[in-house]
Amino acid sequence: MAIDMLGSPVKRTEDPRFITGKGRYLDDIKLQNMAHMAILRSPYAHANIRSIDTSAAARMPGVIRVITGADIPYNPLPMAWPAGGSSGIQNNVNTPRALATDSVKWTGEGVAAVIAETPEQAVDALDAIVVDWAPLPAVVDAEKATQPGAPQLHENAPNNVVFVWNVGDKAGTDAAIDAAEVVVRQRIVNQRLIPNPMEVRGDIGWYNPGTEEYTVWMSSQTPHIQRLLLTAFVTGIPEHKVRCISPDVGGAFGTKIFCYADMALVMFASKAIGGRPVKWVESRRESYGSTIHGRDHITYLEIAGARDGQVTGLRVKTYANLGGRLSTIGPGIPTTLYGRVLAGPYKFPNVSCEVTGVYTNTTFVDAYRGAGRPEATYVVERAMDLFAAEIGMDPAEVRRRNFLAPDQFPYDNPSGLGTAVNGEKIFIDSGNYEPAMDKALATVGYADMAAKKAEAKARGKLLGVGLSTYIEVCGVAPSKWIGAVGEGWGAAMWESANIKVHLTGKIIATVGTQPQGQGHETTYAQVIAHELGVPMEDVIVQHSDTQGTPFGYGSYGSRTSSVGMTAAVKAAAKVREKARRYAAHMLEANVEDIEVDGASYRVKGSPDKVKTIQEIAFAIDLGFSLPPDMEPYLDETAYHDTTNCTWPFGTHVAVVEIDEESGKVDLVRYVAVDDVGKKINPMIVDGQLHGGIAQGVGQALWEGAIYGDDGQLQSGSLLDYALPRASWLPNLELDETVTPSPVNPLGVKGVGEAGAIASTAAVANAVVDALRPLGIRHLDMPYTAQTVWRAIQGSKGGQA
Amino acid sequence: MIPAAFDYQRSATLDDALKAIADGGGTVKLLAGGQSLLPLLKLRLGSADRLVDIGRLGELKGVRRLPDGRLAIGAMTTYSELAASSARHYGVVADALPTIGDVQVRNRGTVGGAVAHADPASDLAACFLALDAEIVARSVRGERTIPVDGFFTGPFSTALATDELITEVRLPGPRDDAGSAYASLEQPASGYAMVGAAVVVFVAGDGSIEGANVALTGVGPHPYRARAVEAALAGSDRSAASLAAAAAHATDGIDVVGDIHAGREYRTAMAAVYTRRAIEAALARLG
Ligand SMILES: Cc1cc2nc3c(=O)[nH]c(=O)nc-3n(C[C@H](O)[C@H](O)[C@H](O)COP(=O)(O)OP(=O)(O)OC[C@H]3O[C@@H](n4cnc5c(N)ncnc54)[C@H](O)[C@@H]3O)c2cc1C
Repeated sequence: MAIDMLGSPVKRTEDPRFITGKGRYLDDIKLQNMAHMAILRSPYAHANIRSIDTSAAARMPGVIRVITGADIPYNPLPMAWPAGGSSGIQNNVNTPRALATDSVKWTGEGVAAVIAETPEQAVDALDAIVVDWAPLPAVVDAEKATQPGAPQLHENAPNNVVFVWNVGDKAGTDAAIDAAEVVVRQRIVNQRLIPNPMEVRGDIGWYNPGTEEYTVWMSSQTPHIQRLLLTAFVTGIPEHKVRCISPDVGGAFGTKIFCYADMALVMFASKAIGGRPVKWVESRRESYGSTIHGRDHITYLEIAGARDGQVTGLRVKTYANLGGRLSTIGPGIPTTLYGRVLAGPYKFPNVSCEVTGVYTNTTFVDAYRGAGRPEATYVVERAMDLFAAEIGMDPAEVRRRNFLAPDQFPYDNPSGLGTAVNGEKIFIDSGNYEPAMDKALATVGYADMAAKKAEAKARGKLLGVGLSTYIEVCGVAPSKWIGAVGEGWGAAMWESANIKVHLTGKIIATVGTQPQGQGHETTYAQVIAHELGVPMEDVIVQHSDTQGTPFGYGSYGSRTSSVGMTAAVKAAAKVREKARRYAAHMLEANVEDIEVDGASYRVKGSPDKVKTIQEIAFAIDLGFSLPPDMEPYLDETAYHDTTNCTWPFGTHVAVVEIDEESGKVDLVRYVAVDDVGKKINPMIVDGQLHGGIAQGVGQALWEGAIYGDDGQLQSGSLLDYALPRASWLPNLELDETVTPSPVNPLGVKGVGEAGAIASTAAVANAVVDALRPLGIRHLDMPYTAQTVWRAIQGSKGGQA
Repeated sequence: MIPAAFDYQRSATLDDALKAIADGGGTVKLLAGGQSLLPLLKLRLGSADRLVDIGRLGELKGVRRLPDGRLAIGAMTTYSELAASSARHYGVVADALPTIGDVQVRNRGTVGGAVAHADPASDLAACFLALDAEIVARSVRGERTIPVDGFFTGPFSTALATDELITEVRLPGPRDDAGSAYASLEQPASGYAMVGAAVVVFVAGDGSIEGANVALTGVGPHPYRARAVEAALAGSDRSAASLAAAAAHATDGIDVVGDIHAGREYRTAMAAVYTRRAIEAALARLG
């Protein structure tokens, strides 16, 4: 009997190749006769293009062809997720083209491309392209961009507004706030982040003149979707003439979900030069303008409640900066994935939220790890702390008084989760929030914090402790709900898996999801090996190629385990069923009498009448003696459309110490109790939490994109954009509660984003807690030493 | 990140290298550890027609004690080699080295490169200023010794002529009455000092401060000696108030720089804080 590895912390089968440099990433692919492309990017944040002269560049050594936007007949990129539900809210859409033609809207927008024999020659020739620019005034701040007199980016978007979207009960919330004993108001900024996956993006396009088919290699989380978008919306090339392949992907964090201009460009370029493959790989610096950014909200929040700690209303107005043009699902992130989960784990009787999506002269903004949910968590968790401080109650106690109780599920929250869309509702199906918080508080020694603060003060340090009691929605979503016009991205969200048990008993599973470092090859194999009773090493998981894998929507939104692996469980069940039928045929028994025990299929009551799945596969796959109603090959495909999202939750607690003299913040302890349902591989779960927490802490303490008023990105490289380093983090103390998700057979919820969703608010609350004795009640992130120092100085001047 | 094309030449002898830069007239650049030069070329912020690699010149490597007790550090000595040499007995050097870049940078970056490059935030530059080091420069015209104070003339500029190569840096011999330390506040993205203070204090038999050398980096257009702090420390007692009062002069007469990470006001305040901390740490080393 094979040892069942489901739930075990087995080492990742993909790691030996990644760790020893044998991964095969986009830039490792070198095709015969391959040419190289470099893209000329706008040095201006906002400018009209009067003319482009490529003649000198075309004569540079090694140059094969220079392309401008005027050469390319393709449509603009699609906008797949407008804001607004089915309510008909207007979205003023502008999306990028393969190359900009008349104007540029941010520094880094592509305006011309050089195809040359070598990457060096392509880059050198960029300098020889002459663009006659007519620079225009720029605006980078989303709130300012909506005000009268601001520079206008697009004719169809007056005041730079993409949309105004509302959710929740406006009248009810207004009334609750008017009637409340206590109302706390605060403007808070969730600053723009630059995602920085280790591997930057790139593509290779190859037009095969013989078959008139295209192959596009792309560092993408979604090769199937890209084929659909590039063919049906952008190029007009028939879908079956294009194959998309994602090789090993070295991190993505959401940035590689989208349809990018360069994908269409390499397709066009390859055909334009007669079918030589064309490769483009962005540099890190280029990436800051050519790959999406995340977050960037300015929010006015109002929280209402009573002095006994009960909250009664949350009113939120947010300006969401979406950049110079819209990325593929940009508007969906600050609306559905933000407004609808603003209430967090609390029983707010009233919530209302208005989001204004705004164009500015900045890089486009779309889903970045957590996508909307970190922003929502930040708002509600800061709101709870502000409210607690106002009424003088411990923030843990305020949370305790407002948590949804375990018997209140399924719960339809007031920011409209339960709103029927296409006749389909989703609910928060399960949760048990207090035990997770109690566990975290006990671990961190919450009761002793006053003594710890006094002790730190004696050392010149301000100690603060902060909570984030988060919920998160993942495993998105029932297709009917997410696919409704406007609510979702106009597409479905099911997943797929095919399992083939080959003649020798070895199993190849192909899946529609797409790993970016999460270890899917390991976890899928754990699940399938468990389902079929075979050793894990007998299962191989293939993905990432539209040729040879069933259509799938890819990996993001922490959906692979709950949606994709459920498809694998279903495919395995079909395999078992067919094997059972054939076992009955081989053993001359009735199907109903065949019992499945791991890999063994035996006749009930006759233990020696048994066939293994390997023996059965050999016989079915040969097909020499099939019963008349059976087809050869042990090969089954299943599609799974979930009935609900999944709802991880937990409590994170951060302890910080601030050096009063310099303002430098040190994170000294970090405790996280997460409930992500059952775990397929606890080691991988811990790894996802470690990385997610580090990313969220990074936002709180160090990261932030900084634009000058002229639209130049001043934090334009890793010399100026600070990513967290391992040595800056304390040991992360992880613990769990386990509430299995009721919506899938594995009981899993998803953990790809939880760390990033929870941790920012925990650290922010800790920093503000440390500063509260100075009269400071809020401070915007990131809490760099200078920012904190200035706040401390300001408080001394009595102007907190 | 692709640099513009350049020629590459590896020098077999020091004379080869000196001749190459003498003939080059500024378009030829010496390549030491490459940790500053290559990023500049790749970002196309700098250019060179030819790089002359001095990485194999053994005579520029290593740390040796001169007969008079001084320490001579070869220009091609890497940060990591320096940390393993007897230079580590200077507290200020031992403190500063681990804050420079990361392991890879310290394994490649050289003492000569750090001094010649003259980054306004160079850590080692401040240490050498506080230690009253001397820089030995050679060209086809001959050799000269340049005191480090005055060597740094502005951001990325020095008293070195375009045909000169640094062969070594000399530090005064150790003194029993001296204690030294380095304290810095790093810019989190780059790891460079937003403020770095290097201090050597000399203490009299009665425990009072006889004098001090105080240097700052990251604060002004180039690393500098903070003479006003030194003057205030000379003859001062060791009370916290006296040290803070002296350190408050850290930026006297300096055109303090500001950037997105630390504005002028913050840098000025931190210069005083980190100078005081370095003084305290230097004194603590003396017991
Ligand atoms: C990621 C990273 C982080 C860093 N962090 C820090 C930090 O925290 N603190 C810090 O101080 N520095 C830091 N540095 C810079 C590092 O210290 C450099 O290595 C050093 O400044 C230059 O030394 P090099 O040997 O690499 O010189 P190179 O880059 O080879 O040369 C630099 C310049 O000096 C010239 N030169 C080199 N040797 C000589 C010589 N013997 N005579 C005359 N001219 C010469 C070259 O022609 C060139 O113009 C960092 C660098 C990197 C890449």
